[in-house]
Amino acid sequence: MATLICPDHPSPVADAEALRKAFQGWGTDEKAIISILGHRNPIQRKLIRQAYEGLYEEDLVKRLESELSGDFEKAIYRWILDPEDRDVVLLNVAIKKTPIPDYRFLVALVSIYRYKGEEINPRLANSEADILHSAIKEKAFNHDEVVRIISTRSKAQVLATLNHYKDSHGSSITKFLRDDPSSDYLIALRTTIRCLTDHQKYYEKVIRHALNGPGTDEESLTRVVVTRAEKDLKDIKNIFHKRNSVPLDHAVAKDTSGDYKAFLLTLLGNQD
Amino acid sequence: MAASDEFGTLTRAFSGLGVDENALISILGKWHPEQRQLFRKGSRDFFIEDERQFERWDDRHVLQLRHEFLRLKDAIVLWTMHPWERDARLLKESLYKGPQYNVLIEIACTRSPEELLGARRAYHSLFDHSIEEDVAFHVHTAEKKLLVALLSAYRYEGTKVNDEIAKLEAQTVWNAIREGGTGNRKELLEDEEIIRILSTRSKLHLKAIYKHYKELITGNNSLDEELDGEPRIKETVQCLCTPQAYFSQVLDESLKYNVDEISKESVSRVIVTRADVDMKQIKEAYHTKYGLHLSKKIEDVANGNYKDFLLTLLARGDH
Repeated sequence: MATLICPDHPSPVADAEALRKAFQGWGTDEKAIISILGHRNPIQRKLIRQAYEGLYEEDLVKRLESELSGDFEKAIYRWILDPEDRDVVLLNVAIKKTPIPDYRFLVALVSIYRYKGEEINPRLANSEADILHSAIKEKAFNHDEVVRIISTRSKAQVLATLNHYKDSHGSSITKFLRDDPSSDYLIALRTTIRCLTDHQKYYEKVIRHALNGPGTDEESLTRVVVTRAEKDLKDIKNIFHKRNSVPLDHAVAKDTSGDYKAFLLTLLGNQD
Repeated sequence: MAASDEFGTLTRAFSGLGVDENALISILGKWHPEQRQLFRKGSRDFFIEDERQFERWDDRHVLQLRHEFLRLKDAIVLWTMHPWERDARLLKESLYKGPQYNVLIEIACTRSPEELLGARRAYHSLFDHSIEEDVAFHVHTAEKKLLVALLSAYRYEGTKVNDEIAKLEAQTVWNAIREGGTGNRKELLEDEEIIRILSTRSKLHLKAIYKHYKELITGNNSLDEELDGEPRIKETVQCLCTPQAYFSQVLDESLKYNVDEISKESVSRVIVTRADVDMKQIKEAYHTKYGLHLSKKIEDVANGNYKDFLLTLLARGDH
């Protein structure tokens, strides 16, 4: 379930005018920005951008970029984009930041257009689980067959295969993929499997690591909150609470501050 | 028409691509049993002398006739289909009949990014699998990696080309070909850099690589001329960089009397799939390369309604 709270029929023109007002005068009225944008879904946000452009002949996104700064600006920028554009920006940032030694697996993951049906071939799941097992036994983790099975099969089929693996060998396959802690490929493979198998659990882990320890990984925290607020952030919150015995809202409030904190809490479903 | 002329016409009506329906009707329809027997006795191509003293249809030719009668129907059905369904069905057929690597490469490399993505979607609907998983699963030869990569591409379609990188990659390609030349040539098909460059770069970028390869590196040969020992990579380069020349070559090889059925099917496939895209340029390329008009070649080799349909499709761009 989503955590985003938004009204049914807000007026894009009124919102655009209110945002314009927030930019005027000394400084910026960040609270107004949060109270509007933090309560609009993607379609509503797009209409606001169009209304703003129509009224003031200026790109709202560019204006926000210039008015705001820091983690708050990054979060608002990612939030205001269309979901597809947002993913593109996140991908581009990630690619530029990380050296990619073995690109083939990642290219396969982003290019392959997986079949979306729910049908499963149990015999195939069985045989492909065996193939995975053989590869793992020989420590041939980036064997072509491993890449083929994980990157080309439909999600439902991959899950069936991984379940078969678990049933046959006692633990989830990720337990057997921990050989070399520095191997980027194994990290990528485990992450892929976690995202495919239970992505909410995966996101909870990302947030937990972002908040744990000294400092906060704002990049990851923003990414998860912004990309899941309209989808299943509520479920991720529940998992977080169960796992850490503290509500996610409290953990976020403890580790962040200012407008950035206020925005995240709004997206997390807090009513002011 | 003299009897020998009629024999010739009828033989011709049964040869080549499609059948000459009018000739068959007007000649065969009026012939008495004796005339038909004379024809059977005289046609070594179609009839064989059975041990029990009668002239039997050669089974192979009856089968071939079936293909020839169906050729128009198949072309019409293919032409009427949505391009996505068309490509999806062609991909499926070429995977399971052979596999016909050249057709898989042709479709993956000559379609626009949107057309290829559409074909992949249609494949989901028609066959409950992705083309990527089917090719990855069913192809066990060295072609597999290249094919999956080409089929899953969504290439940049814009005009920006980084010429410095294109030059570098032309060098990379040259190095890979040289290294492959000393050892096992088959490895070139699985060379990571070759696959990366051919399957991810935009077509404009690849054309820049093609140009630099000829100018900077060999000074003589173009890239596809260097790849005679690697037919799959050669086809890939040709489809990506010089598609109209490639298609004109496919047509020339298939518009013949004595080629196999799979080659004959190329004629319908190429003409139907390119009629609305670049048939004009293909005709020009054909004329430049072979010195005659494509329509004349079709007149020579194809028959009847099938021939008329092909010529109609061919003439579409002319207005």
